[in-house]
Amino acid sequence: MEKRVRFKSSWLPWLLIAPQMAIVLVFFFWPAAQALRQSVMSQDPFGNNSEFVGLENFERLFADASYLESFKTTAFFSVLVAVCGLSIALLLAVMANRVLRGAGVYKTLLIWPYAVAPVVAGVLWLFMFASPMGVIAYWLRMLGLDWNHLLNSRHAMALIVVAAVWKQISYNFLFFLAGLQSIPKSLIEAAAIDGASPWRRFWTIVFPLLSPTTFFLLVINVVYSFFDTFGIVDATTKGGPGKETSILVYKVYYDGFKAMDMAGSAAQSVVLMCIVIALTVIQFRFVEKKVQY
Amino acid sequence: MASITLNKVFKRYGSGKTANLVIHGVSAQIADGEFVVVVGPSGCGKSTLLRMVAGLEEITGGEISIGNRVVNDLEPSERDIAMVFQNYALYPHMNVFDNMAYGLKIAKVPMDEIKARVDKAAKILEIGAFMQRKPRELSGGQRQRVAMGRAIVRQPQVFLFDEPLSNLDAKLRAHTRLEIQKLHRELGITSLFVTHDQVEAMTLAQRMIVMNAGVMEQFGTPEEVYNRPASTFVATFIGSPPMNLLKNAPEARPGTILGVRPEHLAITSEGWALCVDALETLGAERLVYGRWLHGAGDELVIIRTDEGQPVPELGSTIHVTPRADRLHWFDATTGKRQ
Ligand SMILES: Nc1ncnc2c1ncn2[C@@H]1O[C@H](COP(=O)(O)OP(=O)(O)OP(=O)(O)O)[C@@H](O)[C@H]1O
Ligand SMILES: [Mg+2]
Repeated sequence: MEKRVRFKSSWLPWLLIAPQMAIVLVFFFWPAAQALRQSVMSQDPFGNNSEFVGLENFERLFADASYLESFKTTAFFSVLVAVCGLSIALLLAVMANRVLRGAGVYKTLLIWPYAVAPVVAGVLWLFMFASPMGVIAYWLRMLGLDWNHLLNSRHAMALIVVAAVWKQISYNFLFFLAGLQSIPKSLIEAAAIDGASPWRRFWTIVFPLLSPTTFFLLVINVVYSFFDTFGIVDATTKGGPGKETSILVYKVYYDGFKAMDMAGSAAQSVVLMCIVIALTVIQFRFVEKKVQY
Repeated sequence: MASITLNKVFKRYGSGKTANLVIHGVSAQIADGEFVVVVGPSGCGKSTLLRMVAGLEEITGGEISIGNRVVNDLEPSERDIAMVFQNYALYPHMNVFDNMAYGLKIAKVPMDEIKARVDKAAKILEIGAFMQRKPRELSGGQRQRVAMGRAIVRQPQVFLFDEPLSNLDAKLRAHTRLEIQKLHRELGITSLFVTHDQVEAMTLAQRMIVMNAGVMEQFGTPEEVYNRPASTFVATFIGSPPMNLLKNAPEARPGTILGVRPEHLAITSEGWALCVDALETLGAERLVYGRWLHGAGDELVIIRTDEGQPVPELGSTIHVTPRADRLHWFDATTGKRQ
């Protein structure tokens, strides 16, 4: 049986996707085109005059030490978010996969954080870490650690990593759980009969079979930490102390709207766009090839 | 090598309200080197029994021993067994060699011995040509042999098979059946083989366990099971077409059932009077379905005759005589052989 719907008239399908297309055009293509245009223009601060300057903005950008520093910060941040987010989610999924009673409750609780907006997640963790009355800050002080993310750059980085990871864990968890459940039980049993300990079974059978899921999530998490964490940074550290937690997306905003360097900000957006396009291409290439096995 | 002893083995899934007793006290002695087939209809608990021997299911009650060791509390890996799964359970990300070598590597067998053992098994099973392929690059029959190879290289005390032939086509199944027989002759390893296919059971088994709803109905050689079925269940489960179970035969005594196989009924000039209800011709043989003339309800009698015999006409009356030495009497209430 034909599953696809066939339209008699040719304009109806266009009409039906029109709202979606309009949204994509207005909120994605148009700003993207604007950014592209601005990135090759130079504008005075009041937006009255602008002139074409070619790649000058980009040259300026890559000569800027603070931009390169932000790259490093972002790389460090996204590696931390991806590694922590994936490993904690995998651990939780492995445990959830073994739970027999109350599995539904457990899963529901783990999925909740995904419904929380980034800014709210940021504020939530900010409160818990805020010295002197935040709960976690209080515990840490009892343990002898004087928490201060306003002054200590490592504390600040830890704060945004924790908030970002917490928010993304649900998503990773769901995918890992689905991945685990799609591994036939008989494989694990065969390995048990072959004498493999649970630890060894995990690393030689389960983990390799999860690799397509892991790879998919890795890309998704990197994209997330690059682009979706603006709200968290803005709500907690605002890129500080100094520029220590100013990741690329935050810098786009800061340079554009705080420092009023529109051209530089646009150039940065274009660079970010290239990164996201590259990641998406990698994603599709590998998903098509299903990664090994 | 080792014997297997099942002593009043019980299995219950779940507990409380959802408790479900699926094995009701099975006792059996399987001798060292014997090939025993467990056969029964779907859902009767064959796999469960096998998996308890393997250590993949907990034993609710009773005792299972392999060799002289009670294995109730041993891990699967400590039981010195190998198992061939219905879906083969080959590791999809490893090639054929690694699949077969996996258990040996874990057992820390030296690499040159692993190679020697895998090569030998590959030769026996004729899978040497695709040692470097992944399971998904193999046909069903080849996968099946790799799964067997993985069991062989371990040189276990006991082989366990859970319907390993059910995913093969009829021709390949017949061929593999012979190969398994040959393999067992060569290696002489105690084997427990689960199937729902009576032909497989009859051809492979040295002795067979016929199960029904978690109960062992009979444990004996294929000849015993065929010639002296212990219950009406066994009588109808083994043999095709199934044995006639007759309550209304002229000889029948109240409270008993007379069993007679279709091939042990002959059309003669005297004897039971039947009205021919239907005919089926199956190549070399013909099945005649008869109904009692003395008005005994809708009990059907199946008679198997050679295709050379004259064809009775539909609706006509025939006379049938059973072979006197091939009558089976069963208790009508318990179904047990009398
Ligand atoms: N994990 C389980 N939890 C609860 N009940 C189970 C479980 N596994 C099996 N059962 C039940 O136990 C009974 C026996 O199952 P089993 O798999 O042993 O049947 P089987 O004889 O192997 O059938 P088949 O020929 O279809 O494979 C079935 O009624 C089944 O529903
Ligand atoms: Mg089964």
